[in-house]
Amino acid sequence: MSLGRREFLGWGAAATAGAALAPVINLVELAQARSPVEAASALRRWGLLIDITKCADCDDCVTACHNENGVSGNGRPETDAQWIRKVGLRDKRTGVAQTLPMMCQHCEEPPCVDVCPTGASFKRDDGIVLVDKHTCIGCRYCVLACPYGARSFIHETVTGQKPDVPRGKGTVESCTLCVHRVDRGDAPACVEACNRDGGKAMLFGDLNDPSAEIHRRLHSEPSTQVRADLALNTGVRYQGL
Amino acid sequence: MKRIVALALSLLLTAAGFVHAADKPAGRVPVPAFKIDSGETCVAPTQEMRRDHMKMLFHQRDRTVRQGIREPRFSLKNCVECHASRDTGSVLGTEGFCSSCHAYTAVKIDCFECHSSMRQAKSAGARK
Repeated sequence: MSLGRREFLGWGAAATAGAALAPVINLVELAQARSPVEAASALRRWGLLIDITKCADCDDCVTACHNENGVSGNGRPETDAQWIRKVGLRDKRTGVAQTLPMMCQHCEEPPCVDVCPTGASFKRDDGIVLVDKHTCIGCRYCVLACPYGARSFIHETVTGQKPDVPRGKGTVESCTLCVHRVDRGDAPACVEACNRDGGKAMLFGDLNDPSAEIHRRLHSEPSTQVRADLALNTGVRYQGL
Repeated sequence: MKRIVALALSLLLTAAGFVHAADKPAGRVPVPAFKIDSGETCVAPTQEMRRDHMKMLFHQRDRTVRQGIREPRFSLKNCVECHASRDTGSVLGTEGFCSSCHAYTAVKIDCFECHSSMRQAKSAGARK
């Protein structure tokens, strides 16, 4: 029972690879899993990086979002809720057209939170901006304050809600960054759909985690915030704008 | 002596009243008609649940929404999962676990104007 030279080298390589991968796997686990009894940590800041040069001419992100969150319209586009939408841009001189998904930008300094009279609009410790519908009185100040037009007021009685996404008449809502999915360690539905069926333009991750892909790219490649002049420090960044 | 007899009599009447309210299903006192399909043992003793379930839900809802603590023990989703009717899959309806008692006590319940009153298990099983 002796190891041949090739076998020895093979096992050695496997062991080295295992040792090298183990910490990476640990890091991934650390970044993903949070116990359900643990509060969201201020050490994290969840965000998105959207490369609009890859953004295909589809609306898979919109469909996925609205399926995941049970957002269905009543055929009245002026009052129907909209958590994410595709925006078209066209350069008038050159005619170059681009599209990009636009949703709540999960600002560090959210104007919607500033104007909310009841404290229903709030930013969670990990940077996700949400509406606490238990305290929302439906005044719609936040709808006016949001520079991105990300918030919708629910005008009509809602039925058939998803168990993870309560929605009801008389409250304001917007993209939650799929907080129920993020809390169990998954990426938001739009990101998953974009990477599966779309142009693989969206990347989700922790902006504060140096080992995260999104952190690396934001620190090595140019990116822009929409309405950077407002200095809101958005959690959603775009590339190729 | 008179006083003792009176006391004994009042005690007896009170006890009889309690027994009547708690145990006798039919009779002059109406009782809520709900079926408990599952959930013989809840997250706390029955008496405590009857008295304090709303406090548990209130406490939990703020922790969940504001801090992202999704402890399954006191979550509304978990209540529905366990207590939804086998027939309708819902905690509402005339024999619904939540609605029948709330109708009986005339306490308006507005959880389910936003939250789903339906058991998720089937759809969750299908998705995985």
